[in-house]
Amino acid sequence: MKIPQMHIPDGFINAPVSVLFLAISAFFVFLALRGAKNQLDEKVAPLAGLAAVFIFAMQMINFPVAAGTSGHLIGGALAAILIGPWAGVLAVTVVLIVQALVFADGGLTAMGLNVFNMSILATLGAWYIFRFLQKILPKNRIGFLSATALAAYLSVPISAIGFTLQFALGGTAAITLDKVLVAMVGVHSVIGIGEAIITVLTISAVLSVRKDLVYGASNSKVSLIK
Amino acid sequence: MTTKKIVQIGLVTSIFVAAIISFYASGHPDGLEFVAEQVGFLNTAKDSSVAGSPLADYAFAGLENERISVAIAGIIGVLLTAVVSFGLFSFLKKR
Repeated sequence: MKIPQMHIPDGFINAPVSVLFLAISAFFVFLALRGAKNQLDEKVAPLAGLAAVFIFAMQMINFPVAAGTSGHLIGGALAAILIGPWAGVLAVTVVLIVQALVFADGGLTAMGLNVFNMSILATLGAWYIFRFLQKILPKNRIGFLSATALAAYLSVPISAIGFTLQFALGGTAAITLDKVLVAMVGVHSVIGIGEAIITVLTISAVLSVRKDLVYGASNSKVSLIK
Repeated sequence: MTTKKIVQIGLVTSIFVAAIISFYASGHPDGLEFVAEQVGFLNTAKDSSVAGSPLADYAFAGLENERISVAIAGIIGVLLTAVVSFGLFSFLKKR
């Protein structure tokens, strides 16, 4: 058994576009460093540390989807809802940096591309979808977990669209874009189901023991008592 | 339940997942690699500059026993991530 490579390797996307996304990602990580400062107190900080560790571990678990392919957790939605969007961006970024530097998973020049798709697009995307759904869904535990599930699910094809955009701008292979888009969104629309299940199980476990620790619950007027 | 207790349970779970469950992970190519192969751009991938890392590909170089090899890689990964993330977030938290 060999754990598959999971992230964008060097070579898929040309150097200029890789550097562009490194700059964009660095800017967002800078915003996250500032933003997280205001969201992290004594109570949340240890949980934020744990979130990155848990995501690293869960990303090692590739689950089979459809014929001959597998998927794994991104963790952006989980991190955003559990510890807040900015701390979430940082948690996923820590995981991606450790994976790229130590485990050779995700190319070094592709770091900005991977951080953009998974730490930024998936995490902030999931957060805004979650917040929007919280407004329109019932203000109870079912509504909360439904918003969590849908945000986690959608974060995966959103990430896949991020890659397609990068491929459109700087893909080194001469392949028509619609093929890449359809394949990426298709496969990742299935993988998203796994993301939603793991995210809901984890969030609901923490909700059950300490709902005040769940950032997405403590900073809203949602009633979770039932 | 105290935050400390939750963090302890979470760390033990993470080590268990990374060290033991990981052995049973699907070995099929993940979504991106699958698409790259199907659509035809997998051959543009280059080896990472750290492909020679003793922990490359979530295995401990030189160990034949895959179960132990992936377990060591998983445990080291969890510990390294913990050092970086707990360090970062305790530095950032409001004082």
